[in-house]
Amino acid sequence: MDKEQASPRREFIKLTVVATCGTALCKCNKPAGSMESASEESTIKLLAPDGSLVEVARSQITPLPDDQLITGMAAREGIPGKRFVMVIDLAKCNNARACITACQKMHYQPEDKEWLQVKLMKDSEQGAPYWFPKTCFHCDDPPCVKVCPVDATFKRDDGLVLIDNDRCIGCKFCMAACPYSTRVFNWDEPDLPEEIAMCTSSPETSVPSQVGTVDKCDFCPDMVRQGKLPDCVTACPNGVFYFGDEVEDTVTNGVETVQLSQLLEDRSGYRYLEELGTKPRVYYLPPTDRMFPYERSLEDLSEERKAMYKDII
Amino acid sequence: MEASTFDQVLAKFKYPLSKPSRSWWLLMGAMLVLVAFGLVALIQQIVHGHIVTGMRDHVVWGVFIVNFIFFLGIGYSGAILAGIFHLTRLKWTKPIHRIVELFALAGLCVGPIFIFLCIGRLDRIFYIFTYARIQSPITWDVMAIMTNLIFIGTYLYIAHIRDFAKLRDTDVVELPGWKKKLYAKLALGYEGRPRQVEHLNRAQNILAATIIPTAILADSLLAWLFGMSLRPGWHSTLFAPEFILVAIFSGVALLIVMMWIYRRQYQLKDLFTDQHFYYLGYALLLLSIGFAYFTFSEYITEWYNVSETHGRWLDKFVDFGEFGIMSLLTIFLAIVVPLIVLIVPRFRTPASITLVSVLVLIGLWLKRYLIIVPTLETPYVPIQDMRMEYLHYQATWVEWALTLAGLALGVIIIMLLNTLAPVVPVADMEHDDEIVVPKPFYETIK
Ligand code: SF4
Repeated sequence: MDKEQASPRREFIKLTVVATCGTALCKCNKPAGSMESASEESTIKLLAPDGSLVEVARSQITPLPDDQLITGMAAREGIPGKRFVMVIDLAKCNNARACITACQKMHYQPEDKEWLQVKLMKDSEQGAPYWFPKTCFHCDDPPCVKVCPVDATFKRDDGLVLIDNDRCIGCKFCMAACPYSTRVFNWDEPDLPEEIAMCTSSPETSVPSQVGTVDKCDFCPDMVRQGKLPDCVTACPNGVFYFGDEVEDTVTNGVETVQLSQLLEDRSGYRYLEELGTKPRVYYLPPTDRMFPYERSLEDLSEERKAMYKDII
Repeated sequence: MEASTFDQVLAKFKYPLSKPSRSWWLLMGAMLVLVAFGLVALIQQIVHGHIVTGMRDHVVWGVFIVNFIFFLGIGYSGAILAGIFHLTRLKWTKPIHRIVELFALAGLCVGPIFIFLCIGRLDRIFYIFTYARIQSPITWDVMAIMTNLIFIGTYLYIAHIRDFAKLRDTDVVELPGWKKKLYAKLALGYEGRPRQVEHLNRAQNILAATIIPTAILADSLLAWLFGMSLRPGWHSTLFAPEFILVAIFSGVALLIVMMWIYRRQYQLKDLFTDQHFYYLGYALLLLSIGFAYFTFSEYITEWYNVSETHGRWLDKFVDFGEFGIMSLLTIFLAIVVPLIVLIVPRFRTPASITLVSVLVLIGLWLKRYLIIVPTLETPYVPIQDMRMEYLHYQATWVEWALTLAGLALGVIIIMLLNTLAPVVPVADMEHDDEIVVPKPFYETIK
């Protein structure tokens, strides 16, 4: 890990290389075995971090060392100089649920475990319903971190609230304390592919899920370290999620990159349940000038699913 | 009173002091079966995970935490009552001191088991010590429970020394040789010399004065475990005082029930007199009024002007599809019935007071359920889930089996302690020669 911190750039190139080679870079850094088999003296085109294409001999490519994974104390420190934020544009959400699926795929979660949820909300009787994607808010004053008896869930310098699944004793106090119902418990042994279940656990990947411990949205810091956006951001067909850094005052949804402060000013960004004083790191843009009428997203749903929203519609 | 009178009292406890009677073994066997059943459930829970319980992502704590609060409440109230009884030197309470001490210890031993049952990774339980974080209310609770166990254990022991000495010296009950030796050790050479008496008294006074505030603080910590969460129904400044009142309420009710059981079992009509039932009945009445006051105050302030989430929470108490029946039942069992039975003189008999106490105990268990489950079922963000078990909590057989096992374990602890010392602190009463066992003058009241 020290090595990793010493030369983040070199690691970064390696990561990009591996990723571009098409090796599925498993969240948990499983050994990239397929790489070695292709060791003829041919070359391969790769994307360098600055965006240019380079050609590299296949033999030059080294598989990722296992210690690439940020674990232990290093995972508690955070990425230096960053303060991650997210902005969610409620005007654009039509309950496509691509974010949920992407998140589940990335974290090897079954269909019924949603770290990221999309709720149908209505603020007042006369008000119009709207779709409300909800990640972990990574609060600056997180009630869940306060109550954890063993420091399994912690707040990092870069603003993230993460869980060390090797430390969590599963007391569920954080779940009771979280006002946003963000956390998900592993009530039984998670159904994981063997190589995933075996790999080293890291708070940065939140993989693998462990029975009797708590999981939640982690803002994918492992992706960020690779210079990528969290999967929910890139998966959303409508560009609802803007992810970025408060220090740089920039957020991006993968298509457009905007100034955070300007966006919040122009669109009257707010934080959900501000009055609770938890200081979330997720901002919402009110559903003005909507791109989709909310009803349209209901049309294809089964009656069973529609019944979930009976209090709203 | 004559010394021989006390010997007669002691003789009543021949069983199980000398050797357990048949009925003792029968009851013990039944309790062991319940504990075994609980162990089966526990193994299920460990092997398959918490999926075998009714707990899910919203209601993350269910019946287990209800039992946790209930049994710890019993334990803490036992400590508070023991302290108060000792310090106020209320003569009539002398015969019931031991009962209070018994359930204080049993409650404190059984309660914490239920918090362990809530823990998903029992294999990592020692992290609570190795990675302890002082900010967490759980850490406070761990410290509070351990402190109280030590204090109450010590107090209990000190309160037993005179009886141990008496049992060592007595020939009123025939004791097996090993037990005599045990008493000789446990009595620490106490012979009733003036210096020993003075030291023992002082120790007991200090401990009695210590266990009252520590128990009050510990029960408050228990309340703050919830009160410090930003959840409707929990985030209330009234929570700690209410917890303490409810705990003492349940303690007095249990005291009455145990008094009644022991009175029948050992024919102790002249020690646990009818008057005892009336006195404790009055206490129960006052506590019931206090409970009614807290309940009313809680609901009226929430109802008069209500925020959206609190409104959703409050509605569940009047919705018969949700918790309406249970909240009515709680009010009926813990407020209406005690008020009617304990106020109207005609209804007041030892048997009726005992029955009321049983109902109060059930009502107060339900009250704890109403503290935990409705709040957890009412998060700020609406639950939109297709899985029924995620919408409504329903305890499974595993949880009920373990609940019964916990109860049985409490009974076992008390039964074992009964084989060690008499249910009435005989030597203490003998030592205090002014002791007056209340005469049954209730007839004159009637
Ligand atoms: S469930 Fe795990 S992360 Fe949550 S408070 Fe308990 S130990 Fe901490």
